[in-house]
Amino acid sequence: MPRLKSLDDLRRLREQVQKDITTRTETGTTIIVGMGTCGIAAGARETMNAILRELRTREIEAHVATVGCIGMCSYEPLVDVEQAGKPRITYGNVTAEKVPRLIETHLISGGVVEEWVVGRLPRE
Amino acid sequence: MEELSLHVLDLMENCLEAGASRIDLEIIEDSARNRLTIRVRDDGRGVDEETLKRMDDPFFTTRTTRHIGLGIPLFKAAARQCNGDLVVTSQPGVATEVLVEFERDHIDRAPLGDIKSTLLSVILSRRRCDLHYVHRVDNRVFEFDTEEMRRALGGIPLGHPRVRAWLEDFLAAGYVGLYGNRFD
Repeated sequence: MPRLKSLDDLRRLREQVQKDITTRTETGTTIIVGMGTCGIAAGARETMNAILRELRTREIEAHVATVGCIGMCSYEPLVDVEQAGKPRITYGNVTAEKVPRLIETHLISGGVVEEWVVGRLPRE
Repeated sequence: MEELSLHVLDLMENCLEAGASRIDLEIIEDSARNRLTIRVRDDGRGVDEETLKRMDDPFFTTRTTRHIGLGIPLFKAAARQCNGDLVVTSQPGVATEVLVEFERDHIDRAPLGDIKSTLLSVILSRRRCDLHYVHRVDNRVFEFDTEEMRRALGGIPLGHPRVRAWLEDFLAAGYVGLYGNRFD
């Protein structure tokens, strides 16, 4: 029965993950994509897909989460990058084709794509 | 919107916004009756009678950031164009349901589209909510409940990168079961 088999996959995954102390819940990087109506209309779901694709291709382990509308609707799709010990950066107008450069610059090179930044939250 | 799955995503975002802890999404594609039915039900704070009457108005929204609320009016217009309709019922704080129906083969009926990504967006939401999903295409069905998945995972979150990888494969396999390699 396919469904039982699937849940068994998850139970096995749970054991693997619990054993692997280097891959704890906190991987250090979380990418947040705005998914309010404004975001959806601007193509945020395709942005999310591009992010997932890029992370898979480059074999980067990072959390990806979605949130609702934060009010900067004309800058959607909005993508936040949260990394331990660094300021939280909000990028605006991040359409799917901009994702490879964003991942390359921010996650791989450790920099920031200044011209796309619409918000910056310092670490407290 | 170009795909119905984007409207469905929008409806589910409304559920999350309403503080839902559980969303029931049902999609039924019935060729014999020539109907496509989408039902989104949640246990969030819901909508009072006054607001229910005003939901069809694109210039009405409960948002404080802007004066336009296009989600429901646009989806309703899309359904009405296809000999269907969109109806919202709500018992505030108990259950709220949006029921959308379409004539399945109507020439103006947009494709369902990438429903997998819609589901993934909701499962990955920072606002924790369980999703019970049932999708029937004639006599085939694809169903899952994230509550069962979370129980199997113990404390490992659904958003963990390795769980996410599993989810993507699981959803892809489910759709092959429903549609084979055809696309809507």
